Amino acid sequence: MLGFLARRLLLAIPTLLGVAVITFLILRVLPGDIVEVKLRADGGAVTQEMVQKERVRLGLDKPVIAQFGDWMKGLATFDLGNSMWTGRPVTEEIGIRLALSAQLAVMATIVALVLAVPLGTLSALARGTWIDGAIRLLTMAGLAVPSFWLGMLIIMGLLAVNAMPPLVFRPFFDDPWSNLKQLFWPALAIGYRYAAVVARMIRSSIIDVMGEDYIRTARAKGLPEGKVVGRHGLRNAMLPSITVIGLEFAFLFGGLAVTEQVFNLNGIGKLFVQAVTQRDFVLIQTIVMMSAVIFVVVNLIVDLLYAALDPRLRVR
Amino acid sequence: MTAPLLDVRDLHVEFRTKRGSVKAVDGLSYQVRPGEIVALVGESGCGKSVSSLALMGLLTKPAGRITKGEILFEGVDLARLPEHEMRKRRGRDIAMIFQEPMTSLNPVLPIGLQLAEPLLQHRGATVAEARRRSAELLAMVGMTDPERRLDQYPHQLSGGMRQRVMIAMGLACDPKLLIADEPTTALDVTIQAQILELLTSLSRQLNLAVILITHNLGVVARYADRVNVMYAARQVEGGTAERIFANPRHPYTRGLLAAVPRLDRPRNAALATIDGAPPNLANPPQGCRFGPRCAHRTETCETDPVLAEVEPDHLARCWHVDAMSNDQEPAPPASVRSGPQREPILTANGLSRHYAVKNGGVFSRRHGIVRAVESVSFDIMAGETLGLVGESGSGKSTIGRLLAGLEEPTAGHFSIALGDQADATARRRAVQVIFQDPTTALNPRMLVGEIIAEPIRVHRLAIGKIAIDARVASLLTSVGLRADMVERYPHELSGGQRQRVGIARALALEPRFIVCDEAVSALDVSIQGQIVNLLEALQRELGLTYLFIAHDLAVVRHIADRVAVLYLGRLMELGPRDAVFANPSHPYTRALLDAVPVPDPVAERARGTRTLKGEIPSPLKPPAGCVFHTRCPIAKEACKQSIPPLRETAPGRFVACLEA
Repeated sequence: MLGFLARRLLLAIPTLLGVAVITFLILRVLPGDIVEVKLRADGGAVTQEMVQKERVRLGLDKPVIAQFGDWMKGLATFDLGNSMWTGRPVTEEIGIRLALSAQLAVMATIVALVLAVPLGTLSALARGTWIDGAIRLLTMAGLAVPSFWLGMLIIMGLLAVNAMPPLVFRPFFDDPWSNLKQLFWPALAIGYRYAAVVARMIRSSIIDVMGEDYIRTARAKGLPEGKVVGRHGLRNAMLPSITVIGLEFAFLFGGLAVTEQVFNLNGIGKLFVQAVTQRDFVLIQTIVMMSAVIFVVVNLIVDLLYAALDPRLRVR
Repeated sequence: MTAPLLDVRDLHVEFRTKRGSVKAVDGLSYQVRPGEIVALVGESGCGKSVSSLALMGLLTKPAGRITKGEILFEGVDLARLPEHEMRKRRGRDIAMIFQEPMTSLNPVLPIGLQLAEPLLQHRGATVAEARRRSAELLAMVGMTDPERRLDQYPHQLSGGMRQRVMIAMGLACDPKLLIADEPTTALDVTIQAQILELLTSLSRQLNLAVILITHNLGVVARYADRVNVMYAARQVEGGTAERIFANPRHPYTRGLLAAVPRLDRPRNAALATIDGAPPNLANPPQGCRFGPRCAHRTETCETDPVLAEVEPDHLARCWHVDAMSNDQEPAPPASVRSGPQREPILTANGLSRHYAVKNGGVFSRRHGIVRAVESVSFDIMAGETLGLVGESGSGKSTIGRLLAGLEEPTAGHFSIALGDQADATARRRAVQVIFQDPTTALNPRMLVGEIIAEPIRVHRLAIGKIAIDARVASLLTSVGLRADMVERYPHELSGGQRQRVGIARALALEPRFIVCDEAVSALDVSIQGQIVNLLEALQRELGLTYLFIAHDLAVVRHIADRVAVLYLGRLMELGPRDAVFANPSHPYTRALLDAVPVPDPVAERARGTRTLKGEIPSPLKPPAGCVFHTRCPIAKEACKQSIPPLRETAPGRFVACLEA
């Protein structure tokens, strides 16, 4: 078990290295850099001299290879550098926003599972009836509707009934009620699509599993249908669904960028968008690397869950 | 006579499909008394399994339903019982075990939980009580170390063990009736004998009534008290096993009995067969359903015959029961082949095939070596059939794949006599394979014509569409199919027809040598005979040489000239067929032959219980010395020490045993 974990973490290194190289190169290929954006933002005349001085200060005058080397050295020593824009350490910039985004991601996942598991199961068991049809329509809509649009609809709806959520973020442990009131709606906007993908997966795997011989065995024992589905069906059907749940969780971070804009939440997604418009290389690189790490870790967790659910994958 | 426990009266089951309704069971009536073993016999699709699922209330809903008839179980009509009442009886009064023990157990739950479920459900047992009782049940079905087994998962058990677990599960609540649906079809003969002996003794011990669904007439003869023969959704004959086997009165039953190759009868020139195939139940023939295939058919048969008593305890559905006299049609004398040519076409020398395996699991990287085939040497003579037998895991199919060039041997080599100019392509052409399951071995997206033409095109045996089409047509004719079948897809053919396509495909390259890997095992008895006869006819016409791999010893005895017996990848015995079958030298060969029941209840009941103990060990850790010593009834201390060499005990007879 420990050996497996160690091996998987070692295998993650080349993956992360690849992500680093590609992100770094793309940023260097893009036209424009932070110095111009920043200086022009202040208004007034910008001289070549000022640009050059600022470049030297940020280390952008060095050869590309050297810049990459510096960054790698920083990553290896967990010194992630300072934001090129604000000059504060990126860990600090990210740290103050991470709590909100992480909570949003977890809440979206909970919303998704709470919707997807029962809906997918019901849809499979009522296959071919109007219930199945209605649920499939709902999930199809979830795939088709972009989360920011759904977000806007939700906001308009909330405004219409005069129930605007609080605008200031309060950490959950300070003021849980205000916190949940603020984050529930964006979590729903993101979680709906997530739920749709997972529910469709659960539906098709339950349909497969319910045709298996061991389901017939369970019925032949005289178990009530609830136990047949719950104990024998769902657990086997969850196996393929877990992969999808994990993958979608990782993708969810991409969805945050847009939804946080819509709900005006000061989270990682918003920070990311800001960093890109400002060409804040250090911040962009760090956020991309962080998403890559999340991807790798989630995949690892999926594999561990697989083994927990399926004894055939455990060591004999 | 005691009152029947189960009384099935005029049962009708229908399935609604897109193409109209199919009458899967059409008027079935039989009775089962406590402690009795009643067999339902018939070929696939005859309705034997469907009728039992109907008893359990487990028909696929909403497509399948009981349309008529009564199922009286202890006086209560199960056919009219609401689901919640039926559920109380399932697993408590009536239990069922299935054909495929691997897929019938839930792979992600421990055995103990699956065993406990009926106890928790019907008996209101506590978890601790259920666990104690589960361990008792496992001990009762002959599993060692039951406490530890409870925490194991199905994949950690062998096929035989899994079926024991299924039986234990079925018996958990002391049911009065156990339905066993092809319980041993997926198992080896030795394990089949163990499981059926266990079922019989439990039935006697617990006064348990058993419905045994099977296609194997030998099993019926040995284990069943009463027999019901089904054909095309109808019961065609029923009665006590003695009467039916001694004097079958329906031509279908007679045909089936004649079509089975038997170990206890002289070997005939050709297997008797029943022409044609069972009818499509969506559109059954008028009158007697067996009419179109029946040799005794007259005009009377246009009217539906009724199931009538022909003698006490013996019913048959035929107008001509009196014409079905019991004189055995004289068996044609065994074929005297024009002596196969005596030079070997293939010589294998010290052939070995090992596989490196990762020992399961995401977390594990341990490796082991499976010794699937271990230094096997033999010759195959031109024009002969060498039968290769052994339990699953003995390495039969691996040898077939090695000889067909589908895999490379790890050690040793073999040579095929093809003349000097033979290159790799010529070798490929010279050896072809006929696979076990024609349903999966043929590409479902290709037309029959394309399947057969493909190798011809690849090897450029004919150029141009006209030449290729002509070649395909002549191949189809030679395997007994109509040339217009080229336009069909495999799923539009019956199992027997599909296997004929498989044979035509193999013949397309004009091979000298064909590996028949369980080529008739997936087929019903009446079709199996047709294919065996076809293979023999083709061999005579084309001078083919066969390696015939099979687990069915009676079929091997019928078709093979010589027989090789494998165990755990090693050759145990090799010799002329008659000598090996009449007088087996190796204890393993003897045990295999002993395990096969013959379709004769009198002979079977006279034989004592004889089962080979234990199961084939893991090829990852084969026993030291003689690999068979762990199960051998005559093993001595010396057998554990040294590997017995293959010795020639008589001209052409080789045995690897210290005691023989």
